[in-house]
Amino acid sequence: MSKKYHVSLTVNGDEYECLAEPQMTLLDVLRDELKLTGTKEGCATGDCGACSVMVDGRLTCSCLVLAPEAEGRSVETIEGMAKDGELHPLQQKFLEMNGLQCGICTPGILVAAKALLDRKPDADEMEIRYWLAGNLCRCTGYDKIIRAVMAAGEEMKGA
Amino acid sequence: MHDILEKSGFNPDANYKVVGTSPIKHDGYDKVTGRAKFSADAFAPGMLVGKVLRSPHPHAIVKSIDTSKAEKLPGVKAVITREDFPEKKAGTGAGDMTRIAMAREKVYWEGHPVAAVAATSERIAKKALKLIEVDYEVLPFVIDEVEAMQPGAPILHDYLRTKGATGADADKPTNIVERSVLKQGDIEKGFAEADVVIERSFDSKPMHQGYIELQSCIANTSDDGQVDLWCCTQAPWVYRDRLTAIMDIDSSKIKIQQSELGGGFGGKTTFYIEPLAVALSRKAKAAVKMTMTRAEVLKGTGPVSGTHAKIKIGAKKDGTIVAAQSELSFQTGPYTGSAFVNAQQAIWTRYDIANVETLCYEVVSNRPKVASFRAPCVPQIIFGAEAVITELAQAIGMDELDFRLKNAVAKGHTTIYGQKFDEIGLIETIEAAKNCDHYKSPVPEGQGRGIACGFWFNRGGETTGTMSLAPDGTVNIILGTADVAGSRMSMAMMAAEEFGIPVDRVRATLADTNALGFNRVTAGSRTTFSSGMVVVNNARQIIGELCSRAAKMWKVPEEGVIFEDGFCRPASSNVGDFEPMSMKEISSKTTYTMGAISAHSEMNVTGAGPGFAVHIVDTEVDKETGFVAVKRYTIVEDAGKMISPIQVEGQLQGAAVQAIGWALNEEYIYGADGRLQNAGFLDYRMPVASDVPMIDTVIVEVPNPKHPYGLRGVGEVPLTPGPAAIGNAIANAIGVRPTSLPMSPPKLLALMKSAKA
Ligand code: FES
Ligand code: FES
Repeated sequence: MSKKYHVSLTVNGDEYECLAEPQMTLLDVLRDELKLTGTKEGCATGDCGACSVMVDGRLTCSCLVLAPEAEGRSVETIEGMAKDGELHPLQQKFLEMNGLQCGICTPGILVAAKALLDRKPDADEMEIRYWLAGNLCRCTGYDKIIRAVMAAGEEMKGA
Repeated sequence: MHDILEKSGFNPDANYKVVGTSPIKHDGYDKVTGRAKFSADAFAPGMLVGKVLRSPHPHAIVKSIDTSKAEKLPGVKAVITREDFPEKKAGTGAGDMTRIAMAREKVYWEGHPVAAVAATSERIAKKALKLIEVDYEVLPFVIDEVEAMQPGAPILHDYLRTKGATGADADKPTNIVERSVLKQGDIEKGFAEADVVIERSFDSKPMHQGYIELQSCIANTSDDGQVDLWCCTQAPWVYRDRLTAIMDIDSSKIKIQQSELGGGFGGKTTFYIEPLAVALSRKAKAAVKMTMTRAEVLKGTGPVSGTHAKIKIGAKKDGTIVAAQSELSFQTGPYTGSAFVNAQQAIWTRYDIANVETLCYEVVSNRPKVASFRAPCVPQIIFGAEAVITELAQAIGMDELDFRLKNAVAKGHTTIYGQKFDEIGLIETIEAAKNCDHYKSPVPEGQGRGIACGFWFNRGGETTGTMSLAPDGTVNIILGTADVAGSRMSMAMMAAEEFGIPVDRVRATLADTNALGFNRVTAGSRTTFSSGMVVVNNARQIIGELCSRAAKMWKVPEEGVIFEDGFCRPASSNVGDFEPMSMKEISSKTTYTMGAISAHSEMNVTGAGPGFAVHIVDTEVDKETGFVAVKRYTIVEDAGKMISPIQVEGQLQGAAVQAIGWALNEEYIYGADGRLQNAGFLDYRMPVASDVPMIDTVIVEVPNPKHPYGLRGVGEVPLTPGPAAIGNAIANAIGVRPTSLPMSPPKLLALMKSAKA
């Protein structure tokens, strides 16, 4: 028996507690302990961005954060993006403009794009491309993703 | 069974309300909110975690495996090895499949499974793997297929003899699985007529399909031997039948439910961890979840075939191509199954060439068994074929597209493999390319423009499906073909069009293998086409049934009722004065008529319409570093009729970026030890958003006359000319011809240097 660590954290505003083995990551906690499976694993090495979440307001690869490091943190995931039953403009634009095909990269890309647009809704194509360079998508060729992010930014600016 | 459908081909005069629009796909909502359930997103009560022990050696005899220490570790519930799978004769289909899943006599590549463990936690399972002792007798290995063909190369299988070989070597052990020639005309005579002859060699390295979803599954085997398997797959029925073949389990006892599929591109047409999970679950008497790591996916699942190609082609001064001869070799990994015949047939399909000879070798070597990838084996061969086509055009001094147009195939052409083309859109596609903004605009200073033309057969095949009408008048579709990128929505759209109702009143779901008869794999760009046939056939059966029910209720002859926009109406005022009856009115009263209304079709779908595409690419090459920037990319393609244009565009754009990855970066790199050196996304680098431009699409619609909605297939065509177009663009940018995929910076630097020298 290896010792487990007690971890308490907030996810999308709700408090959670769990016991985590020392080698477990925040991604493992979210998916396997809290059953919040919207955050995906594509590599576990920080190279694909499928596991993107916000930790205390910073865009983070949850596969690179050890569970005990998440103690006391505030985490935001894809499950918290739609508010009060309303899809976020990014989610809406991804649907309308086909910013997703298989959809496995989508949660990570939405979380990452929101982190950008929250600060800079008028980000241009190049800024969006470089900001999302840590998020692999194998299906779309990125075209419709970039356009959807730009369109969502337009809408957020107006809001 | 499907005479309803056969009577009605494509109707060019139809005015569609749903088909041709781009509604939000129904499965999209759960995908943007994180609720969609992909393979790794499931859990089962009492679930154990399974892990695989993989060979560190590319080639070795497995002398013994001692699992006793692992079995004793607390928390370990089952350990399996080759002993847990029935013996199947080596060199047969089942024999190969079982040996790929779990090594028997030998390991054939680094990453070949040798044992697996199920334990109460991942940590314990991993610890147990370390306690398994495998005694290997390490053997010499061979990675490259050309080396594997040489006399004296390490032999993988003593039993292997070359199919199609003649002469003294025909009965010697070899790594060449097959030698195959496809020819027509008289190749010598053809070259004698040529004014210009180009001869070049090309090669390509394997790339991986690169789906982001790691393979994951949960197997649950009950005490009476029933298997429940949840997994991501493009081919649930194929997985089932293969489990039956290698594990001797009745197919009726295996139920496979496909998860949402997080990308496949051909790579999820065959199983890897799934039989191991079934065997572990059977032994542990519990549900077992297995998820691959990215390194396991890269090492343990199939990349595409690396190839070598020698191509010689000749044309007359007037631009007529008179002869094309090639010798192609294909890596297949340790076992046959590269589907090289696709390339043998497709290498020249765009052109009407009288004299052709294509010699192919399929070769085993110590790499993971290759798997399908969008137009298996074709893009890497078209890379060379379209390079020499471009060079011929340049040598003759003809415009590249005019040259292709002059030799283009059209309706009525019979291919070298015997298919007579019906309506095809190659000429329309080339014309559209000539007229598109990209082609008409000048090549920017310092850049090079490349053109290439691609092809894919598109496929049909065995497909089943049901459709039912609910009492509220809404429609449910049950599909057997996996949805890899939105086909459920296309099915719902076709059904909505048939019924004349909003697409929101129709839902399509994916069946498990017990719910329907056999469905072929989602591959070959067959799904929207084939399942579309089934959907239309079912909808038309249901419409017939609705009319017959209305006739009964009105007490008029069936011919007196017609169906229009969701309503049954009297065919004329002579029939009687009846208020139109909605689908809902009829289906809510089925208790009083003949019971529920549903339809079911099984088809072996034929009539797939071949697809053609032209890619136009502008690149800029950094002369100091060899780095290539793709500046502009346009795909011109005949999609047949589009069901959902936005989804078709997405297929094309995604393929273009995969082509960019393959062309510029992606490859399997082996060390001198025969081990893969770049088994992770950091070193196996796929294109990211900042690597690529927007991808423009020009979609031509030449309907396939054999499909009620004129569909062809768009999954594969758009990859086929990609690497070639990029290669041509680079050649034009630097003035030397790259001949090796990927055209990575070090290779291009060396090429530019040697050209200067
Ligand atoms: S899973 Fe974290 S970056 Fe890929
Ligand atoms: S939509 Fe499939 S990986 Fe992005």
